[in-house]
Amino acid sequence: MGVPDMDEPSFTDSELDNHVKNALRAAIQGDNGFYNQLVAVIHHKERLVAEEVALLVTCLKAVTGAVSCINIVHHGTLLAAIFGMSLWNYGTDVMDALVELIVSLASSNGEYVDLCLEMLVVNFMPPSAPPAASYFVELLKQPRGLAKKTQVLDRVHSTLKDIANVVPLSPLRLEKIVRDRMPNIYTKEAFIVMYVENMLRLEGGAMGELVGSTILVSLVDRLIELDVEIAWDEILQDDFHKGMFDMELEDFEGHADHIEPDSNELTREALIQRFFCGNLVAEKLDSLMVLTFEHIKSCSESGRLVQVFEILLQSFQKTILTAYKAKFTQFVMFYACSLDPENCGKMFANVLVNIFVSGLNPEWRMSAVAYLASYLARAKFVPISFVAAMLDSVVNWCFLYCKNVDGDINPKSHKVFYAGCQATMYVLCFRMRQMIAVPRLKSQLLLMRIEDILGHPLKPLQVCLPSIVEEFLRLVKVNRVFSLPQSFPDYGLLESEHSRAFGGMERFDMFFPFDPCLLRKCDRYIRPNYVYWSMVRSTYDEDDGEGTSDEDVAEAYGGENGMSIPDDGSGRSYDEDNSDADEFDYSLDKMSITPRDSRFESRIHRFVQMPSKIRPSTSPESL
Amino acid sequence: MEALKESEADLVVYLHPSNAKCSNDAILSSLSSLLFTYSETFEGVVLAYDPNICSKLAKILPGIHPYFGVKLKARLLLFNPTPNMLLEGEVVKITPQSIHAVVLGFSSAFIADEDIWDDFKHKIKRGKEVYVSRSHKKHKIEVGTILRFAVKSFDEEILHISGSLVADHTGSSQWLDKNLNEWSQADSTTKKRKSGEGEAEKPEDGRLMMKRETSSPKNDKQAKKSKKRRKEHS
Repeated sequence: MGVPDMDEPSFTDSELDNHVKNALRAAIQGDNGFYNQLVAVIHHKERLVAEEVALLVTCLKAVTGAVSCINIVHHGTLLAAIFGMSLWNYGTDVMDALVELIVSLASSNGEYVDLCLEMLVVNFMPPSAPPAASYFVELLKQPRGLAKKTQVLDRVHSTLKDIANVVPLSPLRLEKIVRDRMPNIYTKEAFIVMYVENMLRLEGGAMGELVGSTILVSLVDRLIELDVEIAWDEILQDDFHKGMFDMELEDFEGHADHIEPDSNELTREALIQRFFCGNLVAEKLDSLMVLTFEHIKSCSESGRLVQVFEILLQSFQKTILTAYKAKFTQFVMFYACSLDPENCGKMFANVLVNIFVSGLNPEWRMSAVAYLASYLARAKFVPISFVAAMLDSVVNWCFLYCKNVDGDINPKSHKVFYAGCQATMYVLCFRMRQMIAVPRLKSQLLLMRIEDILGHPLKPLQVCLPSIVEEFLRLVKVNRVFSLPQSFPDYGLLESEHSRAFGGMERFDMFFPFDPCLLRKCDRYIRPNYVYWSMVRSTYDEDDGEGTSDEDVAEAYGGENGMSIPDDGSGRSYDEDNSDADEFDYSLDKMSITPRDSRFESRIHRFVQMPSKIRPSTSPESL
Repeated sequence: MEALKESEADLVVYLHPSNAKCSNDAILSSLSSLLFTYSETFEGVVLAYDPNICSKLAKILPGIHPYFGVKLKARLLLFNPTPNMLLEGEVVKITPQSIHAVVLGFSSAFIADEDIWDDFKHKIKRGKEVYVSRSHKKHKIEVGTILRFAVKSFDEEILHISGSLVADHTGSSQWLDKNLNEWSQADSTTKKRKSGEGEAEKPEDGRLMMKRETSSPKNDKQAKKSKKRRKEHS
């Protein structure tokens, strides 16, 4: 049969279209000659020279014109060849012809819509088959690689929009496809990051209203999956205890500029390196969270933050709140709140309080109040009056609860109550001074039934985490706020049997979700809005009379590697036994959720010098 | 529009026990999962629903999860195009080989060039692609035109309609209504009287009118006129 010579310039477009249509019809009948040639041209992708490119473009255009004759059953090889093409392998001419063909296919017949959308979604990333994958990963590090990426992705997204114009229901199918095709957590970082970039681009684009919520939810799911994969054991290493123990993570920002002479001279970089050397999962999580932060920022700039936040908040309640050992994903919420404290910040806290006060599942209630406490303590942008209001709700619930309860200590039965008490004390450790500095809030604080709940026969002071109780009692004494029992049996301990009991298997007694973020890139976003303990602690420090300055935090722990007992009564010394410290640390490794933090906390809380040493009187409120 | 119909349905919605507190919301979300999907039972795509819960009692199913079934009556708006129906949609894309339209804002319609009346010729005017009728120069189809076409087939899964412009009275709705109207005015009085009758009746149901149209060509013009009146009203 006369196969037309495609190189001849005398064919018009419609003639070519007709040729292809005839070929397609003939192929149904069994005459595959021209049809096979067509498929072969489309398959050919290795190092195309100019004529081959022209041939390919012509073929694609001709097929576009013949789309109504394509039959999904009989022309399977042709369709497979078309859908198997990757935009990344070709130049812009072929890309344009191909995407036009895809749009035609999608709009001509419902059967092709899913296939077309899938092909486009697969093109979010370069081909990942082994020989090509490494080539592209290298290419993308160069400027021409980035140019290619822009070319491909711009076309992919505009094609998705074009298809949505003609097939209005395609976004519904698209969101399912995007979710299902999301790379798993073991994919190379470069690829998963690129896919998420595209997902977020869809969310921010024209179809955002339609596909946005599924995309954000899938993203948070993936973040949690990565988060949970990071094992604390990899972060904690034995020698971590010994030298660097006294350094807070936050100090290292200062260290970058000036090295402490008598410290172990470990910069933050080195520390992070130690945490995460080779920990690919952590690096992936870091990169993805940074992408998420950037996206949230751009949503905020375009005024959409509240809508996006509502979706994130729902996702938080479903997956992050209920996840065991969520380490860093919650900082997404923290960052979003920091951009809009008035709306998002308050919404977040209100939701947490509601779950605590009227939720049904006790574990989730404990988790919620732990999140709330950590958030109110650590978020610089939360106004102190709001903190007071939230505390009021928590304390009120605790009060109403214990009013109707008789009986003695029972960590397991009243675990939600103890969690509430511990949360109150934790927040006050950070915020008490701020609160009593404002007369109105001070009286509000005094009106809260804190003495009642802490002095109740249920004995929360004995059940809650001793380190927190110690610090709280010290503050109470120093500030002369409440009258609470001063003697404390579990002096110097980080945790006790009772606290373990109420914390349960998930160790809610030691759950401080917004402890300093250990992911290097993320930390940069969080830091400006974050309250480090030493910032607060220095306000309590009567001795040097300096105000709350962050810079000299470095000195706080830098030189104090040992157990020096100061005679100046400064609150910075550590009064415990060395052996005690080791014993706790090892047992912590096995059990706790945030052991890093508990050591961190323990260092802070241990500088309380309780009855055994009488401290020289210190001027309390002269700050 | 022909393919739309309203029907009353007796439904039972089975809800999970966790929804016992907020059964209204659960019922609405259960019903909304029906939207934009073709249902064999209802014989159509559910576009809208209006539930009316009859009783506050529900029967609990025995089993591992004691779902409870709430009975309700609902009015459903169904969309079911069958071959040879005439539908209207807005044109969104024109190519030399095809016309693409969107019906009721959600269903995409595709008309291949084999199904386009030969009278229509594809042209590019001022950068825009348009189909112009050779016999009536004013009869144009371009992006944004409301197109009236006949249904060839309907893909129930993706709600995709394959249409044709070969039949009579297909093309740009605006032009068709205007010009057939003009013709009817130029006609004799008998026809005018007939069209007068059609106006007096003014049936609301589009289906009825179309049936009349396809069955008796004589009444075409009066049907068109009534339809035009109806359009003015709606």
